[in-house]
Amino acid sequence: MWEILSDNWLLLLIGQYPNGPMGGLVATLSLAALSLTLALPFGLLLALGRLSSRRIFRYPATTLVYMVRGLPLLMFIFWAYFFVPLVIGRPVAGFTTMVVALVCYESAYLAEIIRAGIQALPKGQMEAGRALGLSHSQTMRRIILPQALYNMLPSMMSQFVSTVKETSLAYVISVQELTYAANQLNSVLLVRPFEVFALLALTYFTLNFILTGIARLVELRVARRRLAQPVQAVPA
Amino acid sequence: MITFHDVNKWYGDYQALADINATVERGEVLVVCGPSGSGKSTLIRTINRLEPIQSGRIEVNGEDITRKGANVDEQRSHIGFVFQQFNLFPHLSAIENVTLAPVMLKRANKSEALEQGMALLDKVGLAHKAQAYPAQLSGGQQQRVAIARALAMKPPVMLFDEPTSALDPEMVGEVLQVMKALAREGMTMVCVTHEMGFAREVADTVWFMDAGRIVETGTPEGFFTNPQSPRAQKFLSEIRH
Repeated sequence: MWEILSDNWLLLLIGQYPNGPMGGLVATLSLAALSLTLALPFGLLLALGRLSSRRIFRYPATTLVYMVRGLPLLMFIFWAYFFVPLVIGRPVAGFTTMVVALVCYESAYLAEIIRAGIQALPKGQMEAGRALGLSHSQTMRRIILPQALYNMLPSMMSQFVSTVKETSLAYVISVQELTYAANQLNSVLLVRPFEVFALLALTYFTLNFILTGIARLVELRVARRRLAQPVQAVPA
Repeated sequence: MITFHDVNKWYGDYQALADINATVERGEVLVVCGPSGSGKSTLIRTINRLEPIQSGRIEVNGEDITRKGANVDEQRSHIGFVFQQFNLFPHLSAIENVTLAPVMLKRANKSEALEQGMALLDKVGLAHKAQAYPAQLSGGQQQRVAIARALAMKPPVMLFDEPTSALDPEMVGEVLQVMKALAREGMTMVCVTHEMGFAREVADTVWFMDAGRIVETGTPEGFFTNPQSPRAQKFLSEIRH
């Protein structure tokens, strides 16, 4: 197994770049990071819609979140694959298609994380802002969201981990990410599928193990800052 | 300064405020007391519309704040409010808590707000804690910052909703001292509190509430030494134990 890795690590890391698009692990990470970053503003809007006292915002936002959460990601990928080129009138790269699908999908999940973060703050924070004469949106912007978003960092990190795993579905529309590279490798070697896919599993696991570790560190920092006193790490 | 006209408030079937008709004069220091659930916190929260009322009207600074279409934010900026739980903004330092609203609402530019904010923190005895975050302050210090924060909007009237009830006993004094100083400067104040010492020393008037009504009003001396209604007599004998 190790000689497969030492012979082909570059393929797994960056795909066929520079003779093709950037692929492999780098593509997997960029897909996840880019999608989640782009999904953040949409998630925020959906969350604010979900919490709005006005039905005209609340109903559509709630419907959208429930709908997206009730559908499989693979379906979004197919939709993006067939509809995005139709809508913009020209062919679209697989990478972009996957980003579109992931942004739609992750927005709904981020919206629920953000909503929970806002609702977890004491009611007195909004009241204190309003009592000073700040409007609802001013209080949201300067008092509620800075606290809520900071408290949400650990959940965002977990969402990043699941997004990394979800990018493997990009394989079905031939985006050259990590799973695609592993499969390419398997086609070349032909007779060693167990080693190749064990290597793939190990790569995903290591990456997500590290990310989860970072999430735990962030979580401790958040907890510490919230209580302004040292927090003991609980063994995982 | 503050006038209640036939104010009624319900939570569903439960009547929280019943036929409130009363006036607070400019420069008056009013203490509202009564058993828990008597509606005193609800009453003080209606003055800046943190609680809506179902009928009647409330005037503050000569403006009907319960009027439909009233600019609530503008009106609230002229009414200082101090909460039982302080409600400081934990992600901002003490001085940032104090300067946030004046700067955001364009009542002062940054440097004016800073100067004025430091003066207010100095007034509540916390200039040396300007850079501290709320979690680094004791309860009494947090409440004093909260008072400075409310004063930063230069409101002509200050409302205190049980400002010392969430404090450890040894921190009550420092907060009351700040409130007494304010009262002596002539600030119009409405305080929901059970601090009889405070009431006796600086209050002009005491309202005693029970079951959503103002049952008795009077001077602190008269009320505490010679309550008229049986309900007030019972309440006072209980809190003295």
